Amino acid sequence: MSAPPATHGLLAAADPSLATHLATHGPLSGQVDLVALAERAGLVGRGGAGFPTARKLRAVADAARATRTTPVVVANGSEGEPAAFKDAVLLSRAPHLVAEGLHLAAAAVGADSVVLAVGPGQAAEVGRQLAGRPDRSPIRVVPVAGHFLAGEETALVGAVDGGLPLPRGKVPPVWQRGVQGRPTLVHNVETLARLALLARGDRSAAGRTLVTRHTATVDVVEVPLGARLGDVLPVPAGVQAVLVGGYHGSWLPAAVAADVRLDRDGLASVGASLGAGVLAALSADRCGVRETARVVGYLAASSAGQCGPCLNGLPRIAAALGLLARPGGAPAARARLLQDVARWSGLVVGRGACAHPDGTVRLVASALRVFGGELAAHAAGWCTGAPPTPAFLPVPTVGAAA
Amino acid sequence: MSERLRVDPIGCQGHGVCAELLPERIALDEWGYPLLAAGDLPAGLRREARRAVAACPARALHLTGTPAGPVLRALQRLPRQHTGNTQDQRPQSAS
Repeated sequence: MSAPPATHGLLAAADPSLATHLATHGPLSGQVDLVALAERAGLVGRGGAGFPTARKLRAVADAARATRTTPVVVANGSEGEPAAFKDAVLLSRAPHLVAEGLHLAAAAVGADSVVLAVGPGQAAEVGRQLAGRPDRSPIRVVPVAGHFLAGEETALVGAVDGGLPLPRGKVPPVWQRGVQGRPTLVHNVETLARLALLARGDRSAAGRTLVTRHTATVDVVEVPLGARLGDVLPVPAGVQAVLVGGYHGSWLPAAVAADVRLDRDGLASVGASLGAGVLAALSADRCGVRETARVVGYLAASSAGQCGPCLNGLPRIAAALGLLARPGGAPAARARLLQDVARWSGLVVGRGACAHPDGTVRLVASALRVFGGELAAHAAGWCTGAPPTPAFLPVPTVGAAA
Repeated sequence: MSERLRVDPIGCQGHGVCAELLPERIALDEWGYPLLAAGDLPAGLRREARRAVAACPARALHLTGTPAGPVLRALQRLPRQHTGNTQDQRPQSAS
């Protein structure tokens, strides 16, 4: 494995206890200007959108001052992305870095209540680890449903308020009106943990990122931003394509992926983004169309069903992709399916309250681009994927959660 | 003041009344949900647009970019002693 050493940083502590945390990272030094620190380091959010952290901190502080309300800080560790495990790993290995980041952010914006939203399976364990912290205001650990959209920030605010975890649209933004109608700072847990490292003077903290790697196995590592993707994720000859970002991300052909720089600009140059930090190497003996069709079926089932175009469009796109994933069929019918997918894709983009339709269509479009050869093989009546292989990308069944 | 139509995607139930009343700017997609013409609303269509906004059964169609309604605008034209407004005459929500 050619991955660069990734043993220092967020996951450096040997166990999640407060004693080990302090022994590894040392105590937090007193006063810091968190906004200036984040700005100088160029820290951007690690939840998927990559928004500059300093700007978000400032926006919440300004909104709170303008409305004379006390803001709320929410750490987003819900990680609804089925292929991403980095937040869960971070919370199980370094919960105190996240807690410190939460309190630092709360102090920076003047918040009096701090919330940590985690997946349903992790709430008890995280709560136990954080119980002994000597903080003035205790962190409220809120378990949120593990479905795909639960981590979308407006849905998360709804869940923290005790409602259903459904996106509610971007107006007004949560930094103006979020939890209890108060200005709310929602940061991904990794972003907050990085703030805790920055506050200790670790200037390189903003220059690294956690990724979930899917190869023959699945693991989470911390890697330097700007590294060559091929150095972070092994892309040997047997790999045909790499999924970058997650289920709202993009497929890249292996040859393109291997040489791309793992940072915002590098990935943007090939039409991708780091998203939720998922890197998945699809081996050549698997069918990329079939893998994508399963994921898109899951994404369609994960629609909150609130916006007409998403409710109507995604299941149709998923069904058409499911048919295209099967070899055979009349060529005219297959051509019509591709036209349908293109038309429906155009009809859902930008017409939802959240980015779910846009992200889903991004994945579909990249699959149709990258797996053109596979589609041609299917049209000719065969499939390059070995039939009995179990699915590569994890896809939970939607139903109980929806 | 230029105005723009906007659909609240969660509120919209696809009744299609807007496309009936304002076919110049609104078409329906194959599922019955509105597709808006890009850009600002031409001044000549304001009356029809307001009618479409008022007629939406889901109250999901909006005109944005209007800082003040006609009544408020009329009030703003009055001298200060008539309105008792000692502040700046603009509504304070903008800023």
